[in-house]
Amino acid sequence: MNTTAKKDRSMEIQKAMLARHYKRLAEADKTGDKCAYTFVPGNLTELMHVFDLLPVLPEINALQSAMRKKSAAYISTAEKGGHSEDVCTYVKCDLGMSRSGNLGPTGDPLPKPSILLLSYTGCFTFMKWFEILQREYDCPIVMLHVPYQADGRPTPEMRQYIVKQLEKKVIPALEEASGKPFDIDKLSDLLRLSARAEEDFVQVLDSAKHRPSPIDAYFGGVYYISPIFTAFRGTESAIEYYEALREEVEERVRQGQGPITPEGELIEEKYRVVVEGPPNWTHFRDLWKMFYDEGAVVVASTYTKVGGLYDQGFRHDPSHPLESLADYCLGCYTNLNLPSRVDLISKYVKDFDADGFLINSVKSCNSFSAGQLLILKEVEKRTGRAGGFFESDLVDPRYFSAANIKNRLESYFQMIEQKRSAAQPAAGDAS
Amino acid sequence: MMTTNTGRSLEDILEFAETLYHDAALSSVRDWKKTHPGRIAVGSMPVWAPRELIHAAGGLPVSVMGGGDDVEIIKGDAYFQSYICHIPRSTIEMGLNGSLDVLDGMIFPSICDVIRNLSGMWKLLFPEKPAWYLDMPQSFDEIGRSFFRGELLRIGKEMGELAGHEITAEALKESIAVFDRNRALLERLQEHRLNRPWMFPISEVWSVIKAGGFIPIEEHNDLIEEYIAAAEASGRPPIDNARVILVGSFCERPPLNLLRTLERSGCYVVDDDLSLGFRLIRGSVGAEGDPYQALADAFVERSREAAFLYREGEKGKELVARARAAHAEGVLFCAPSFCDPALLDQPMLVEAVEKAGLPWTAFKYAENTGQFQVIREQAGTFADSIKLWSVA
Ligand code: SF4
Ligand code: SF4
Repeated sequence: MNTTAKKDRSMEIQKAMLARHYKRLAEADKTGDKCAYTFVPGNLTELMHVFDLLPVLPEINALQSAMRKKSAAYISTAEKGGHSEDVCTYVKCDLGMSRSGNLGPTGDPLPKPSILLLSYTGCFTFMKWFEILQREYDCPIVMLHVPYQADGRPTPEMRQYIVKQLEKKVIPALEEASGKPFDIDKLSDLLRLSARAEEDFVQVLDSAKHRPSPIDAYFGGVYYISPIFTAFRGTESAIEYYEALREEVEERVRQGQGPITPEGELIEEKYRVVVEGPPNWTHFRDLWKMFYDEGAVVVASTYTKVGGLYDQGFRHDPSHPLESLADYCLGCYTNLNLPSRVDLISKYVKDFDADGFLINSVKSCNSFSAGQLLILKEVEKRTGRAGGFFESDLVDPRYFSAANIKNRLESYFQMIEQKRSAAQPAAGDAS
Repeated sequence: MMTTNTGRSLEDILEFAETLYHDAALSSVRDWKKTHPGRIAVGSMPVWAPRELIHAAGGLPVSVMGGGDDVEIIKGDAYFQSYICHIPRSTIEMGLNGSLDVLDGMIFPSICDVIRNLSGMWKLLFPEKPAWYLDMPQSFDEIGRSFFRGELLRIGKEMGELAGHEITAEALKESIAVFDRNRALLERLQEHRLNRPWMFPISEVWSVIKAGGFIPIEEHNDLIEEYIAAAEASGRPPIDNARVILVGSFCERPPLNLLRTLERSGCYVVDDDLSLGFRLIRGSVGAEGDPYQALADAFVERSREAAFLYREGEKGKELVARARAAHAEGVLFCAPSFCDPALLDQPMLVEAVEKAGLPWTAFKYAENTGQFQVIREQAGTFADSIKLWSVA
């Protein structure tokens, strides 16, 4: 492991973007800036920017609370308030946070929403979550229902249904909440900016096809997706960030370098794996360490597609703004049916020449988890590569068992070794 | 022994309904297919499906409500993590052990992520049979109506192809009329139950309603009528039980013995959402005009409050109104473990119920729960406290 600490320019840019965003949120009450709470999968960021609404993403608040070790207390607050131990901990963490002063990641209180924009893709819990928040904040709420790609493809009827809802419900509600009129040309301009950032983002993801991979597409990937999945799509700063990131990654490819980990550059790539499922946030670094200590690099992940399947060709299209937003919502990973998920993971294993794939099954998330054991069987069958399975949770530290997970991962990497030696001709066989 | 006009006694009716209730191998459906060669049987998962379409295709709509406590899970557990509710594992078990092979297709309504993902599992495990995912609209307006009509039309067209003939508007109208009669009879049963709950115990009512998922709807209509008549004639005396309403059991069902336990611990369950799928649409659909539009309109305009449907407005208002209409003295929140929609809804409903001054208690179950001691004590204490306060 090369431990030379050096901050990349992209990291500095992202840090500054986030600082500016949270500063604006912290000062919103004074400046009169309005904000909309919304979700990552199927987010309508460009549309919110048209109305100068600042996006606040409760999932991001929840995961950041977990990384700052505050989630256990927040979850406990929600459970004491009558929320079941069985349900998604993102919801409880967010609720607990809002009932404990609603302090954002910078320690400043987040502003109350001017509107809850319930646009979501692929999870019913989102709907319940905002029903609950609506009672907390007593503010307007508008819902965009995105149909599920049950037969593996979106249909024109689905697209039309979304566009009609945007025109007749969502846009009028945002106009009302922001006090600003809708401007479709502005939306197109923002989508044009989005598409530029998306192009560079895809190059970054694709770079993992190199050996060694210059990136970790799961643990490192969550940092790379942050601007494009959250408040910054359709901004010049997102373009600047992804350009810088792409240049750095291309340079690492030229230098034959591996990914950067919290302990420096990974020198030897021993295993290339694909990961399905969200990360654990309470022990994010511990889990990452279990991978890089073994020389394991995640070359592709499904979690980095929950906010859009850009790597499969989707780009926001300024010439059809509303239709493009509809296609975006329909196409997020969370909206794919099980057979499509199996296809995509199998494709990643092949395209990224991975040794196998791992599933992190999180207790909170039925949307991801229900059916994952069948995904495991199917992808193994189709790819012939080693599949592994471990369990954790998103933000509830009670469900992270380091010893169990470490054991699972060690046996998994041994299994890859065995497969490799079985595939090698034994010494002397060649004679 | 009291008998009805068809000659069946209350005991016969209940035995018939309970046999169907526990018939995880779907023998009634197999018998029907034998006597109706060439016709289709199509299953649907909870909560609601447009059974009228199956009927209009000349088929038998079948409710697939999991294996309850009648199916031993051998393979199903290998498909689901321990933190996922029980109904998908027993359903997969029934799929793999051949119990559901009599079905020619399955409908998975959009009620939660588990059923949604199960639809994809079905496509992978049983690729030779159609598995329809029914996206119910969450936009309760003109936009939702037109989308939903399209959804129904799509499934109707494919259902017709499966049955080997197109579903005509006339056939669909006739089917809607038969189901409208079923809805009306269920409402009548509900009225009787509200007036004389001691004659209509929840365990009986539920098994009679659920029987409708396994026999032709016309026969179910007769069964309900017979049951009402036989139960009314039973002469069962009232006892001093608390009137309660049961909430949260709309998908994975509680074991019948759990319902009996509630009765024995002093509760008359006078309304419930166990039967939500059969009673989701209030009133009748009507057979005027375009039948697909009529179904879509009825759903959008007249479906009841449900955890899986997003409706702006006061959460729990309908529950409180129903509790009032039923003269309920308390609410039992009774949800399956790990059921996201029911459990995420619960705190909001509790708030509404508390605001209305109704006492409540909550417990969880799985469809195969076998021990009821704790629930018996909890429900008993709850019923006692209601009775105590009502005389105070
Ligand atoms: S269930 Fe999963 S997708 Fe849904 S809110 Fe929770 S973590 Fe997100
Ligand atoms: S019991 Fe609840 S979570 Fe499970 S399938 Fe039914 S509605 Fe979904």
